Amino acid sequence: MELRGITKRFPGVVANRDIDITVHRGTVHALCGENGAGKSTLMKILYGMQKPDEGTITVDGEQTSFHTPADAIARGIGMVHQHFMLAENLTVLENVVLGAEKLYGIGARARAKINEISDAYGLGVRPGVLVEELGVADRQRVEILKVLYRGARTLILDEPTAVLVPQEVDALFANLRELKSEGLTVIFISHKLGEVLSVADEITVIRRGTTVGTADPRTTTSKQLAELMVGSELPSPQTEEAPAWHAADTPMLQVAGLRLTQTDLDGVERVILDDISFTIHHGEVLGIAGVEGNGQSELVEAVMGIRDPDSGTVVLDGRDMSHAPTRRRREGGVGYIPEDRHRHGLLLEAPLWENRILGHVTEPPNSRRGLLDIKAARADTERIIADYDVRTPGIDVTAASLSGGNQQKLIVGREMSHRPKLLIAAHPTRGVDVGAQAQIWDQIRRARRDGLAVLLISADLDELIGLSDTLRVMYRGRLVADADPGTITPEELGSAMTGAATGHLEHPAEEAPPGPAEGPRPDGTADAPARRTADAPQDTAASKDERR
Amino acid sequence: MKNLTSRIDKERLFLALAAPVLAIVAAIVVTTLVIMATGKDPVAAFSDMVSYGSASDSQVYILNKATTYYLAGVAVAVGFRMNLFNIGVDGQYRLAAFFAAVLGGALTLPGIVAVPLIILCAMVTGALWAAIAGILKVTRGVSEVIATIMLNSIATAVIGYLLQPGQLGQLDQAGTLVSTRPLPKSSYFFSFDAGPAGELWGFIVIAALVGVVYWFVLGRTRFGFDLRTVGRSDSAAAASGVSVKRMVATSMVISGAVAGLIGMPTLLNDSHQFSSDFPTGVGFTGIAIALLGRNHPVGIALGALLWGFLERTTNHLEFQGYDKEILGVIQGVIVLCVVIAYELVRRYGLRRQQQRVGAELAVAQAAGTAPDTVTAVPTEKQEVAR
Repeated sequence: MELRGITKRFPGVVANRDIDITVHRGTVHALCGENGAGKSTLMKILYGMQKPDEGTITVDGEQTSFHTPADAIARGIGMVHQHFMLAENLTVLENVVLGAEKLYGIGARARAKINEISDAYGLGVRPGVLVEELGVADRQRVEILKVLYRGARTLILDEPTAVLVPQEVDALFANLRELKSEGLTVIFISHKLGEVLSVADEITVIRRGTTVGTADPRTTTSKQLAELMVGSELPSPQTEEAPAWHAADTPMLQVAGLRLTQTDLDGVERVILDDISFTIHHGEVLGIAGVEGNGQSELVEAVMGIRDPDSGTVVLDGRDMSHAPTRRRREGGVGYIPEDRHRHGLLLEAPLWENRILGHVTEPPNSRRGLLDIKAARADTERIIADYDVRTPGIDVTAASLSGGNQQKLIVGREMSHRPKLLIAAHPTRGVDVGAQAQIWDQIRRARRDGLAVLLISADLDELIGLSDTLRVMYRGRLVADADPGTITPEELGSAMTGAATGHLEHPAEEAPPGPAEGPRPDGTADAPARRTADAPQDTAASKDERR
Repeated sequence: MKNLTSRIDKERLFLALAAPVLAIVAAIVVTTLVIMATGKDPVAAFSDMVSYGSASDSQVYILNKATTYYLAGVAVAVGFRMNLFNIGVDGQYRLAAFFAAVLGGALTLPGIVAVPLIILCAMVTGALWAAIAGILKVTRGVSEVIATIMLNSIATAVIGYLLQPGQLGQLDQAGTLVSTRPLPKSSYFFSFDAGPAGELWGFIVIAALVGVVYWFVLGRTRFGFDLRTVGRSDSAAAASGVSVKRMVATSMVISGAVAGLIGMPTLLNDSHQFSSDFPTGVGFTGIAIALLGRNHPVGIALGALLWGFLERTTNHLEFQGYDKEILGVIQGVIVLCVVIAYELVRRYGLRRQQQRVGAELAVAQAAGTAPDTVTAVPTEKQEVAR
């Protein structure tokens, strides 16, 4: 397949410009680039969801043009979306045949075909199972099978690893190699450079809407690739002296025996948080690892006071906040970087200065004695924009106009401006570009040096390991394991996240007690995120954000 | 950078005006077609409306009508700003006016005490009636739309029961109309004498005051910010520390209290009693006006005036041989067009701004003025380790 000179303009913006890509049959071709580089638009063009303004698409030497996804499917191109499009209350078989009933019917013939495909590529899909009983990785395989069932010879996978733990990623890559060996072509979109290098045969890098180069994964390092992606030498966070936090070894947040249950419509009580206890000290970053949906969001909401726990205590800096309303906690010094900034962190249709007030309406400079101080709030918004490098033409534009990274920088700036004692950061760098990511890490580290306690939730294991002083693993509403970020590897953490390991996770190879020179902290803090910048496994919600 | 901000503001103003103007133009076109279809001359009808509507007695009439409508619009708008659909304004104001009239008829205090008491009674009644729907919503999750619609019917039944001779009502001397006991002269609200054009109700001052308070509370206070936050995104509001449930209940109560004022211009300036012919349906008019005025205090005023104008002038058209249903057609088309036009304009404006911000930043980047060191590099293609 060849793409030549693809250009797509939206009013005012050129999303793609002069894209040239050649994908060879029977290879895994990776497409990588920062968020907003134009990957999504390009894939939509390839899948017939959008028409290019210029340029040609050639499939098997024959020039084609796609008007709808159906055209693309007819030419053997299928797409596996990042967000699965499966009906949970139907079986795998029903999901696969849905919309493609004409191919092999809906009965035994279809089942046989599914089994045939599943066996041929080692997908291990069982057609009779309800989709709601399947895990994320299985669902993804169903999605792949759906595409193959429709006769696709070229698969486009949009950020397929975003929702998977490391072991599942390996399994997926094994599937992809299987597909490749059967002569199928895979186009793999990602910005996790490590994965790209391990699975791809060829790499094309997109930057600001155009292809800036190709790379051979056998001879390219992830650092070179990242530089190609970002376009210059990466900003390397300066090495930091060991922080003086242990001097002040006083607890900032103490959570004990936190329990949260929820009764669903059938009257069945579900335990969401079970006996959660932890303490975060001044200047300490506690990282919580876990596959999404194991209670992390609820834990954050319980600490924030958005959900009221059934039992247990939350003590902030010596004050009992177990059942205090959210506003009291915020006034008491809790900063909050929410997991979903569009839903919980911003008023998208409000101007930036109103977003600056959000969450801190009772605190200076935003208001005095019940009245808003609009002038001061506006002035402070200008300051945040300057200090935190929020790229915007002004403070009167709506939050929706900013890119994800700049929205996040605004949120970080807002929360930091109120000198929090405790920062709750849920996926703080999800869906932001590499540059903003480094800045946000910097902000968190700097605040930590000044004694800030941080509760860090992240799906990005490198981020967790790099920033945290202490690591806990959450599985099915419980904190099942703890680990030392100085020695743990993402793979080990990953196995604990699936519930395979509990207790204190020890690195099997190096039992050595952390000495002063090789202590976990100094290089853990400063270096790991630096390495991460190059390695940049970014987020799960990236392309979701782009689309919004 | 400053340029863009002012440009966006100007554009925003333009877009804000575009929707209602578009809607009114569409309404004129549709009305023209309807009048032509009935075989009459639309130009003559419009010129009659304009000349009759601008007569001085019409102006007073329109202002008086608009006073009532303005209060109705604000009452609905309070809910709208919170994403609450208070359909119950209608029942709230009728019940409020009824009890206020009963109280006013029973009081023999000097006006300076009685009038505020009557107004207070109306506001409290409206607030309590609305609070039922608010409490049902926050405790039981009952949609406020359903609850308020049903409360409207209940209000009608309650008034019908109480407004009977022997209950709280009395028959007038002619024996044809049941009403509450009339207010004593001392409890009449002041009015402005406009000579032969009639009397301009003094309550217009209160209505204007309500508008100012509405603007101030929503735009300048913490409470107003919280309220608007909930209206824009209740998930963000909860995360920011606003108690969404309490906010829902509170704004429902405020909406009801303002609704309580709707009947006051009529009661205190005009009818001085609540009878079976007390104006009904004004709450629904308020919905249309709040939509038209985009919940903005000035916008609502313009909407209220337009509604008063239409009512006055189409009434007159009837005497000229036109069909009186023209009024309904015009009002209906305006509301329909306004809703559609606002949504279109809103989406267009949002998208346009995103693009402009993107374009502006791109230009700034290209010119090297943005504080951008990471991505401002030449984009010539390069090959790595091939």
